[in-house]
Amino acid sequence: MKAALSGLRAWAVQRASALVLLSFTLYLVVELLLHPPRDAAAWHAWVLRPAMRTGLLFMFVALALHAWVGTRDVILDYVKPFYLRLAALGLLAAALLATLICAAALLLTP
Amino acid sequence: MRSATQPAGEPAEPFAREQRPNESARPTYLNPLKVKLPVTATVSLGHRVSGVLLVLALPLLLWALARSLSGEAGYAQVAAWLSGSPSRVLLLVLAWALAHHVVAGVRHLLFDAGIGTRYGMARRTAWAVHLLTLALVAVAGFALFGPAP
Repeated sequence: MKAALSGLRAWAVQRASALVLLSFTLYLVVELLLHPPRDAAAWHAWVLRPAMRTGLLFMFVALALHAWVGTRDVILDYVKPFYLRLAALGLLAAALLATLICAAALLLTP
Repeated sequence: MRSATQPAGEPAEPFAREQRPNESARPTYLNPLKVKLPVTATVSLGHRVSGVLLVLALPLLLWALARSLSGEAGYAQVAAWLSGSPSRVLLLVLAWALAHHVVAGVRHLLFDAGIGTRYGMARRTAWAVHLLTLALVAVAGFALFGPAP
């Protein structure tokens, strides 16, 4: 079964998305520790400013790709029967796609 | 190893499996709870477990984000949920997951660049991963359970 994204491409996607996630996570942690938004309005304004929307969207795309490569590896290691494997991978793909779509909907609505 | 005289049912050794073509008949023993695990193995195991935990937590975290942005009532609901003790314990576990996954991931990226791949260095960096993760979890624990700012 040749999975989508295999071999060198999967490795490259995993490393590239890891770098994106690493930088963004570091930025978020530092920013939230130094300047935590204090209430609902401040939180709303901070998350939904244009720069943060773009950044978060990038982050969620990278996250979906990174989670796909990583979790697919786990499934391939432990789920051997063909149809179970197909179901597990399908479920994973659906869950990650749904998460990405929900995140995009959240970040793209005015 | 199967033969016509063996009864059907559970094999005696843990994780024993059917012999595939081109595979030798030597038995394997792969019970992670009984095999001695060097520190490099615990880092790798933790990397996988933490990754799975983070993926499982993703929908929950996205829901919390969306809810907290939906208005005063949503924000209050998420804040109330986050202030409960069970949620804080969950967040501490997720903090461990994120810390371990990121620190072990950085070690992996260094391996990709060829840094630290000799076994002596690999063991030392593995210990460093555990220690750094613990330090980060301690910080998170303080933030979650310590005195309010």
